[in-house]
Amino acid sequence: MIDHVSRIQARFELRAKEGRKLLIPYFTAGDPKPENAVPMMHAMVEAGADLIELGVPFSDPMAEGPVIQRAMERALEYNVSLRDVMAMVAKFRQKDSETPVILMGYLNPVEVMGYTEFAQAASKAGVDGLLTVDIPPEEATDYVAALKAEGIDRIFLIAPTTSEDRIKAINDASGGFLYYVSLKGVTGAGHLDVKAVQDRVSTIRTLTELPVGVGFGIKDAESAASIASAADAVIVGSVIVKRIEENLDSADNAIKAVSELLSDMRQALDA
Amino acid sequence: MAESETEVKYHQPDERGHFGVYGGLFVAETLMGPLTELRLAYEKFMQDKDFLAELDWELQNYVGRPSPLYFAERWSKELGGAKIYLKREDLNHTGAHKVNNTVGQALLAKRMGKTRIIAETGAGQHGVATATVAARLGIECVVYMGAVDIQRQAANVYRMKLLGAEVVPVTTGSATLKDALNEAMRDWVTNIDDTFYIIGTVAGPHPYPAMVRDFQTIIGREAREQIQQHEGRLPDALIACVGGGSNAIGLFHPFLDDKNVAIYGVEAAGDGIETGNHAAPLCAGKPGVLHGNRTYLVEDENGQIIETHSISAGLDYPGVGPEHAWLKDIGRAKYVAIDDKEALQAFHDLTKIEGIIPALESSHALAYATKLAPTMDKDKIIIVNLSGRGDKDIHTVADIEGITL
Repeated sequence: MIDHVSRIQARFELRAKEGRKLLIPYFTAGDPKPENAVPMMHAMVEAGADLIELGVPFSDPMAEGPVIQRAMERALEYNVSLRDVMAMVAKFRQKDSETPVILMGYLNPVEVMGYTEFAQAASKAGVDGLLTVDIPPEEATDYVAALKAEGIDRIFLIAPTTSEDRIKAINDASGGFLYYVSLKGVTGAGHLDVKAVQDRVSTIRTLTELPVGVGFGIKDAESAASIASAADAVIVGSVIVKRIEENLDSADNAIKAVSELLSDMRQALDA
Repeated sequence: MAESETEVKYHQPDERGHFGVYGGLFVAETLMGPLTELRLAYEKFMQDKDFLAELDWELQNYVGRPSPLYFAERWSKELGGAKIYLKREDLNHTGAHKVNNTVGQALLAKRMGKTRIIAETGAGQHGVATATVAARLGIECVVYMGAVDIQRQAANVYRMKLLGAEVVPVTTGSATLKDALNEAMRDWVTNIDDTFYIIGTVAGPHPYPAMVRDFQTIIGREAREQIQQHEGRLPDALIACVGGGSNAIGLFHPFLDDKNVAIYGVEAAGDGIETGNHAAPLCAGKPGVLHGNRTYLVEDENGQIIETHSISAGLDYPGVGPEHAWLKDIGRAKYVAIDDKEALQAFHDLTKIEGIIPALESSHALAYATKLAPTMDKDKIIIVNLSGRGDKDIHTVADIEGITL
């Protein structure tokens, strides 16, 4: 048994017991510079993050809006690779052995490394889960087996258009939590319909035992709190990356801006 | 009709879009619903007599099919080997094979009740072919095109605008075809309720590789009949250029069970494979996953997609249709590469010797014919797919040769 297998589950169970919701921030590893990543992760935990979703840069991020696309391009200026991102997690683990970390990205870098080799390296680095946007469960048999063997949770997206049959199939392939995409479109887009999200999440809950996180389109403390009323976790991405983009010249200022945003969200979630 | 001598007929893909290990359906969850809807509509209408009759009528009366199979006699003599026939897709309405597919998909969009069409384009041929059928059917049309391609294909951009399409420049990534495809996918995922995405090649998630192929096999079905009328037999070899690979699969597919017909797909070697500046995933790439399917890609050791290079915008793409990946692996087709210079030479040769200005894309196939034909006897037959006309490329060619138009 590997000691970090249940880090994600443990965190969800802890928060559920406390009656609190998880706050899950996303940022792109290596944006704007590789050395900023680990300090940013620690600062996020300090500001109230429960789980960190670390974006793996990819040259063709088809599901991302312009904000995260630009973040990935900045990281790719430094050729930040999947292996580099895992090294960042390993470094983060030197000081933080409790906060779960999942990687979010696209399949090809994992595919090129090989599923088993990735899973072993990820487990060794202290990665808890993997979300690749472009692998549906139908294509994921080998992928799921390889990750399971190393205790890496498989996070899949559920969309507003996902049928109940598919939700069941996704649930079967998943571990850790289910990630409900709260709107059609790319990351950072559009306006949220909170009532529609609540309805969908209650349907999803009838089909799974896993906790449900909601992401895409959460812009501030207020929308985080209203989404949290329906979910176990809120996932916040583009708005954080935007703060980083507004402070490209100063890592300290970026950390400060992101910390303020997360503290506000944390307070709103706990209120 | 000469029937195949093989016992097992070629039948790909499987019901989930796999050509062996290639193809499949690798997209974000939001697209799974719309892709299922598309697959069901495609499966239904490809069996529907009314739909097929409407498609036939459009291909005959709007596109101008069948396209001739032309014996390039002077050029064949000059090369001193096999007889070369050209499948004249350049004579189609809009000047390339692309329209075979856009007519098919647009009719499907209409039957599905979609009111908005989007497309990506590289050279602009697919964009023009999409804008054309959108105008014909009175459907709103948005075309995504890399900013770099917009520069080198200004005439096609203007054509699309004349046809009433909105052309959206894409500046992310390498600002070429792959980035236009990313952007079109983003549009589709945002507007899935009313929008139909017409992909221009045999790549992308299932059912696109199979569907686009089925619309393009008209090329090979006609050529198969025509060559038997001209020569009383099947050809010895087929040659077509491969970017995404739609004109090639269109020609090849009806011959796949004819084991005596050699098949050559010609990729763009750009400045030369050894320079790394090429667009030849089958010749110099590795398998991976991009744009919804598993296939050969031009990528680095970390799985990042590398910027490709070709003189021809239509071949400037880091991936290739999954069926070509499969045909390569099983050895049914051979994939070779032709560099910019060789393509340019063939462009000039065909123009001067036959009075036909070929597209730079098609010039890659022609250039390979100049290598293959002399190695074959004079009674052998090659069919080259002349997939498009070269009028769109005269500025590129003039530029390279230091001529200001």
